[in-house]
Parts: sequence; structure tokens; C-alpha cells
Amino acid sequence: MNNIYTIFVAAVLAVLASSNVQAADVQILNVSNDPTRELFKEINPVFAKNWKAKTGDTVTINQSHAGSGKQARSVIEGLEADVVTLALAYDVDQLYQKRKLIPEKWQTLLPHNSSPYLSTMVFLVRKGNPLGVKDWDDLVKPGVSIVTPNPKTSGGARWNFLAAWGYALKHNNNDEAAAKVFVNKLFKNAAVLDTGARGSTTSFVEREIGDVLITWENEGHLVLREFGADKFEIVTPSLSILAEPPVAVVEDYARKHGTTEVATEYLTFLYSKEAQEIIGKNFYRPVDKDIAAKYAKQFKPLELINIAQFGGWEAAQKKFFADEGVFDEIYGPGK
Amino acid sequence: MTSITIQPQHKDKIVAQQQALQDPNWVRWGLIFIALSFITLFICGPLFLVIYQALSKGLTAYWTALSEPDTLSAIKLSFFVALVTVPLNTVFGVTAAWAITRFDFKGKSLLTTLIDLPFSVSPVISGLIFVLLFGAQGWFGEWLVEHDIKIIFAVPGIILATLFITFPFVARQLIPLMQEMGNQEEEAALSLGASGWKAFWAVTIPNIKWALLYGVLLCNARAMGEFGAVSVVSGHIRGMTNTLPLHVEVSYNDYDVVGAFASASILAALAIVTLILKTILEWKQAKR
Repeated sequence: MNNIYTIFVAAVLAVLASSNVQAADVQILNVSNDPTRELFKEINPVFAKNWKAKTGDTVTINQSHAGSGKQARSVIEGLEADVVTLALAYDVDQLYQKRKLIPEKWQTLLPHNSSPYLSTMVFLVRKGNPLGVKDWDDLVKPGVSIVTPNPKTSGGARWNFLAAWGYALKHNNNDEAAAKVFVNKLFKNAAVLDTGARGSTTSFVEREIGDVLITWENEGHLVLREFGADKFEIVTPSLSILAEPPVAVVEDYARKHGTTEVATEYLTFLYSKEAQEIIGKNFYRPVDKDIAAKYAKQFKPLELINIAQFGGWEAAQKKFFADEGVFDEIYGPGK
Repeated sequence: MTSITIQPQHKDKIVAQQQALQDPNWVRWGLIFIALSFITLFICGPLFLVIYQALSKGLTAYWTALSEPDTLSAIKLSFFVALVTVPLNTVFGVTAAWAITRFDFKGKSLLTTLIDLPFSVSPVISGLIFVLLFGAQGWFGEWLVEHDIKIIFAVPGIILATLFITFPFVARQLIPLMQEMGNQEEEAALSLGASGWKAFWAVTIPNIKWALLYGVLLCNARAMGEFGAVSVVSGHIRGMTNTLPLHVEVSYNDYDVVGAFASASILAALAIVTLILKTILEWKQAKR
């Protein structure tokens, strides 16, 4: 730990020393999941402006977006992200588990379990809701075609799966066998399983596949904004899951790039009032209480379960999404 | 060109033969109709759609989309990748074709088969091979990390994947031609006192030049258009490791339809230019 601290200080000093001579150009890479494209497009220039005012340095934030699991895999294989902003804690945790790129207790380094914004999973249907979809049990009816990404590669899809599981448990006296039957029926109705949330959205919206898209709340609202509320509507189920997309500085790479300070500042900035406003405007649920209250009216109230009820992501991943897990059991050839 | 004068008594016979070979009218027109509607539906249609979508918000929007920094960087990267891979594969292709058609050695048929490998392997697998080799957890991963050499998720990886994918194009064009030509002309040049190098430039190259150009053209088209393999090794960093085909996907997923189709229109234009050049080259080759 001492060692890391020394290197950290050295890196900061090096950055400071270089900025004393003249304003430096810094680049950081934010490797993110799919539905955050518009959010970071808006946040990045604001942070760059603040950073310039504070230090005189010009910071460029490069973005890469794809399914959360795929992105974690790439960072582990050598995509040198300074920060990751992914869909769920398990994917970030892999950076520690597989290559020790981040500290073990990374989730305690920033407030709210390192999640600067929250969301949940809702349904998007075509205007007029022709099938009258109201809740999860409407999705398992025969003949309903749903669109969701693949839980193997997409974080959003794993949140979808767990929300459906939670609903099924609640309505079947916590009977796991019944929940299995329920999610089996749900995935049997899946028309396509894209690798990431955005792929699913374009399948549903532009290629017009399926009757219901199960997606991030913010992604649903974004579709209404981009394509018009006259074409689609959001259906909020009675119960869903509180999605906590976490962020982390990839300390190993940041240290190597000498960007630890700016990367840490960047993630801290996400909690500022200024960034929280942008987060609310992009239909994520802000963690800042005042700003959350301000944007509360754009979200319909619903019962939210959370990942702790599944024993945390490590346990949930092992039980449901690992090879031979519940998802493999219910979804596969001939099932 | 020698022209044949047909004697009158032979003429009737030829006409009769021709008629015997001809199918009834409805078959001919039916086939032409099917072929034409197929081409219209699957080639002209999408091409028209690309241009239509690219210009759906007017020329200014089209131009703005093309001059975005991320688009420009994607165009530059695609050209750069082609600029590196095409000459390399031209040299490889000529060397391989020369070795296969001029020498007899053990494992020759194996080499011929291996050259075709990139054609038979799915591009995604080709990309994954490089991740397995050069990824941080791959075979050479540890060494590369220690020496701070970045291959995948950076330009070198994209170049490697493209090299692999486009490897067969030049060799495949040259091998049948050089086999057919035989090596008498080179032998003649050598017996007249030319050095091997001189024989190659003065005899071989002029003989194969149209086929070579044809191979280079196809190689270039694929180098700039490759999606699958490049997608696996790119890392998709905007403005840095997105090639033009990857940028099309990114823009489409950003709901930027004009941007996506504007970039696609460049690829379409490249395809059309390739097609025209290909026709010219085929014509030249036939004339030779």
C-alpha cells in the first residue's frame, strides 16, 4: 500500500511539475457501457471546462461504449481505460479478480457504493400499448415478443433478469422452481438477444422487432426524446430492481498514464450538483437528495428490490449467469 | 486479332447450331427478369437507401456529419490501415505466388492451403486469435505488458487483423496466372544473361501486372471495409481506434442516422470506384 502511495504522490508531483512549466494536454479514456453515451457526451465538456479553469490543463475524455461485460473483458485484456463506468459491480470487480487493476475495496472509495447515478428497469411498448402490457406477468404470455440484451454480455440484461426473478418470487411465495418456470417463459418470448442495451434498443426502435423492450429507465426516456413520445410509451411495472451502475478509477492504468489525479477528480465530479443535474436531465436517478427530488416527478413510483437481496453481485453472478447457472439451465438449445 | 471469314455454305450450319443452343424466349426473358430484379432489390436498393438516408437532412447535414472530428479520424485510420497493409500484402502475395509456382518443395500444397485460411475462417475468430496472442492475458501478454507495448485495442492490432484478413487476395490472383504462364520466358531471359532480379522486373512483372493490380484492388477494398476482425481488436475508442466501418455502427447506435449513412456512403463510393477499376482491369487482362 505504501508503495502505491509513493507512486501516486510521485505521479501527482510529476503532473504538477509539468503543469507549472506550461499548461498540459491530458487524455483519459472512459470505458463505459451502452446507455451512457448521451450522458457522458454532455458531462465531459463540462468537466473539461472546470478542469481547465482549475488547473489550466486541457483534458480530453475519450469514450468507448459497448455491453458492460464485454467492456470489462476488454479492459482486462489490455484496453487501457483510466476510468470504467459500467452497468454493475460484478463487471468492475472482475478488474480486481482477474488482474488486480483496481484495489479490492474499490467500491468503498466513492460515495453510494461508487454509484453516482441510479436507474431501474422498465418496459418500452409501441404507442397505444396494443397488447395492454402492464406488468411482468404480461410478458410471459404466449405470443408476446420481447427484446432484451443477452445477460452473458450485457449488464442491463442481468438487471432485467433479476427484476423478473424478484417479481416471480414475490408472486409465487418465494418458490424458486416457479421463478425458474417464469423466467424460462420470459426468455422463450425473446425475439433477439443483442450483446448490449443499445443494440436491443435499435432492434426494437429502428428495426421494429418485438412488442416490448425491457430496458434501462433512462434508455426508455431517451427513446421518447429521440424518436418522439407519439411513437412509444413507457410502462413501469409494479416491481423492478434498483440498478446501481458503479464507476472506478482503473488505478493500474491511470498510474502508468500519470492520470490518477484527473481521473479521480473526474469521477468525484459526477457527484457534484452540476453533474447531478445533467444526470437527472438524462433520465438517470441522481443520488444527490435535492436534485433527486427535483427530478422525481419524471419517474413513476414502483417497488424496488436491490442486489443485496440476492446476496450481492458475486453470489448472483455465480448462481444465475455463470456457466451452468440458472440462465444456462433455462435458456439454450431445445429449452 | 485475326478475323475469320465465314464461307456462305457454312453460314447456314452455324445459324442452325446457334438456334439449337438457344432456349425459348420465355426462358430467356424470365431469367433476365429474375437476375435484374435480384440485382435491383439486393444491390441497387440498399445503395440507393444509403445515399437517400445520408442526404435525408440535406447536403449541409451530410457535410457536417462527414467533417465531425470522430468521422475524420475514422476515415484517416481506415486509409492509414490500407496504406500499411496493402503494400505489405502485395509483397507477401508476389513472394508466395513466386515460391509456389517457380519452386518445388516439400509442404507446397500445405502452403497453398494455408494461404486460403483467412478466407475460410470467420473474421471474428481471426480477431480473437490476436486477443488470445497479444491480449494482456494472452500468450505474449505478460511480456508485452512488461515492455509497455500495446498491440490490441490500438492501431497495431487493427493492422495485424487486417493483414491477416486480406492476406490471400494478391497471391490468389497471381498463382493461377503464373502457373499457366510457366517459366520459359524467365528462363530465356536468364540464359541471355539477365540477373534474376532483372528477369523479375523486365519479364515477370509486365506479364502479371494486370492480375497484380486486380489483386491489390480487392485487397484494398477489403482492408478498408473489414468489420468483424477489426471490431474484436479495436476497443472502439472514439476518434482513436474506430475505423470507418466501426464508425458506421457507432453512429447508428448513437441514433445519428445521417452520420451513420454519411460514413457508409464513403464506403459505398469506395465500392463503386473499386467496381469500375475492376471492370477496366478485367478488360485489360482479357486484351493481353
